[in-house]
Amino acid sequence: MLEYLWIVPLLPLLGSAINGLLGAKWPHKIVNWVALGSTGLSFLCALEAVREFSESGQALFHKEFFTWITAGNFRAGFDLQMDQLTVVMVLVVTGVGWLIHIYATGYMAHEGGYYRFFSYLNLFMFFMLILVLAANYVLLFVGWEGVGLASYLLIGFYFLKKSASDAGKKAFIVNRIGDFGFMLGTFLLFRTFHTLDFKALFDQAAPMQGDALGHLGMFTIACLLLFMGACGKSAQLPLYVWLPDAMEGPTPVSALIHAATMVTAGVYVVARSHILFRHAPTAMVVVAIVGCATAFFAATIGLVQTDIKKVLAYSTVSQLGYMFLACGVGAFSAGIFHLMTHAFFKALLFLAAGSVIHAMGGEQDMNRMGGLGKMIRWTYGTMLVATFAIAGIPIFAGFFSKDAILFAAFQSEHGGRVLYVFALLTALLTSFYMFRLIFLTFAGKPRFDGHKVHVHESPWSMLGPLVVLAVLSTVGGWFAVPAFFHGPDYFASFLAPVFGGGEAAVAAGEAAIHEMELVLAGVAVVTALIGLGIASWLYLKRPEKADGLAKSLAPAYRTLLNKYYVDELYATVIVKPLLWISTNVLWKIADVAAIDGAVNGIADGATGIGDLVRRTQSGNTRSYAVWVVIGALVVITVIFFWPGAGKPVLGWVR
Amino acid sequence: MVPTNYYIILSAILFGIGVFAFIFKRNIITIFMSIELMLNAVNLAFVAFSQALGKPDGQVFVLFVIVVAAAEAAVGLGIIILIARNRQTLNVERVDLLKL
Repeated sequence: MLEYLWIVPLLPLLGSAINGLLGAKWPHKIVNWVALGSTGLSFLCALEAVREFSESGQALFHKEFFTWITAGNFRAGFDLQMDQLTVVMVLVVTGVGWLIHIYATGYMAHEGGYYRFFSYLNLFMFFMLILVLAANYVLLFVGWEGVGLASYLLIGFYFLKKSASDAGKKAFIVNRIGDFGFMLGTFLLFRTFHTLDFKALFDQAAPMQGDALGHLGMFTIACLLLFMGACGKSAQLPLYVWLPDAMEGPTPVSALIHAATMVTAGVYVVARSHILFRHAPTAMVVVAIVGCATAFFAATIGLVQTDIKKVLAYSTVSQLGYMFLACGVGAFSAGIFHLMTHAFFKALLFLAAGSVIHAMGGEQDMNRMGGLGKMIRWTYGTMLVATFAIAGIPIFAGFFSKDAILFAAFQSEHGGRVLYVFALLTALLTSFYMFRLIFLTFAGKPRFDGHKVHVHESPWSMLGPLVVLAVLSTVGGWFAVPAFFHGPDYFASFLAPVFGGGEAAVAAGEAAIHEMELVLAGVAVVTALIGLGIASWLYLKRPEKADGLAKSLAPAYRTLLNKYYVDELYATVIVKPLLWISTNVLWKIADVAAIDGAVNGIADGATGIGDLVRRTQSGNTRSYAVWVVIGALVVITVIFFWPGAGKPVLGWVR
Repeated sequence: MVPTNYYIILSAILFGIGVFAFIFKRNIITIFMSIELMLNAVNLAFVAFSQALGKPDGQVFVLFVIVVAAAEAAVGLGIIILIARNRQTLNVERVDLLKL
């Protein structure tokens, strides 16, 4: 299978093409077979490829399938590669993707455009697999843009709704800003290394002298530009604004694209380019600070949102910040670990939220929910598991990955303590807003009209994936369990061939470090429990206190509710001036006056000349004769009286 | 012997009169005559140059021109007679059915 790795991305593409071109008239059942079959087969093929890869024992599988572009010494091929990092990504993408496909067959059953939805979803899978399997930056960029396209199509899936089509455009445009940086970064890399193939490029870069801290060398600039792209795709400050709006898309899309897979592409790129980033400590510090700031910033907004999906969206932004924080402090394997566990529990959270919305008949406002715990037990139970995982309660997956990140941040050389404190605060906020969501939704008395809303549990096509993901959200972090008992961290050791052995050694390190890790883990757990406690006190015991608190802190509350007015700020500072320039300069002057003016002017000139010349064609024979005579006279004059007359003018007249 | 200049100048004067009459006269017969006049002015120039250069080519051309002019006169006068019969006029400005 490894030799035929291209089959893995090709299958979803085929599924997309078949459903997209032919599916319009088909019953849902056939569309399901095509969509689920292609992604499921792709998952199985990926599993088989991973098995062969691990059996072969090689560090990196690399195969050139065909050459796509050649120009001079530049070659961009359809080359796929597989190493341990790819293994994690491919399995997460195909596995979680497949589960979400199954869920979507239940969730979308009563929606229009069923075949279109699955065609887009499969298309997304294709591009995402290209992105993670690509062996050079060019092919990676193809996947990168492709998932952006799929994201745009799916956010705007309900395109008749103005807010949905606007959100799609917003996501696309904001991502364009990041992609601009990404492309510049790859250009700079090509100029320096004359190749964009990962292996060749990193082999060249590895022995080179890195930039000093605070020095803007090639590595630093390239890494910062790549990180700019990652900021756009992974919704980091200041380009995160599109992700909350992206919740306009159907919930399975939010789960797959805007939580589990696509938004982690930025983290993947940073981890993939870790050799470059290690040469650029300045860029690393920037990554860590941006990640930490985003994590904290988004978590504070998440505190007060009332739309269930918006809370999860800000939580996603916040968790992505964690991943970047891990990468920024050099703990790439911890970042990828969190990426994986996050894919499990955040997909589960979104799918469970979708199940809640489904049960409530489309209601998303948590103020009009409450008391659902007894009515939809399966959804409640699975969502609770995911909440434990994201809040960092021990034995659940998120605890281990978050702990690894906090530990790495604590140990980092540059401002580690500050980063650690903010990361810990974020963990507190995360725990609080997640349990707030749980209590508002599932506990207390129903705040909706029981006669109008018929609450019902979702079908098993939706609950099945929830249960599987709940299991994964629990056991997904157990790779790291031995690290607490002086054993190796299996996940870090697994990724060690990619990221180098340094981290695994630290994780397996000395007793003193271990003591510290245990203490830090204890602190993290206590923090999470405090968050739980505050949430239960505010929303279970004394529900009236929450409103009182909101009133007494009205300015802060309003600021958070309006998301720090960032959208409004961007609208005034960027959108409005751009709109003004576009309208008044580009449209009214450049387009209407200059371009249209030139075109119309030429046309008018031709008409005018024609009008003048038309008068000579009077139809009067004798006036033509006059012209003949005048012409003859002119010719004679030129021949005989022009300066230099007497010499042969036309060659044969003397 | 008369210099060639004189013939050429006479030819030019005759040609000019022909052009003048062709443009400004309305009577179709007069116009026809002015065309003949121009042809003969050219003939004169041909003969003069032929004489001056001592080559017979020009005189051969003149014979051709006379033949063509005779044919033209036959066809042209036929057309004029038909116009005179059909339109009862010889004024070219009133024979303008082909004008847009």
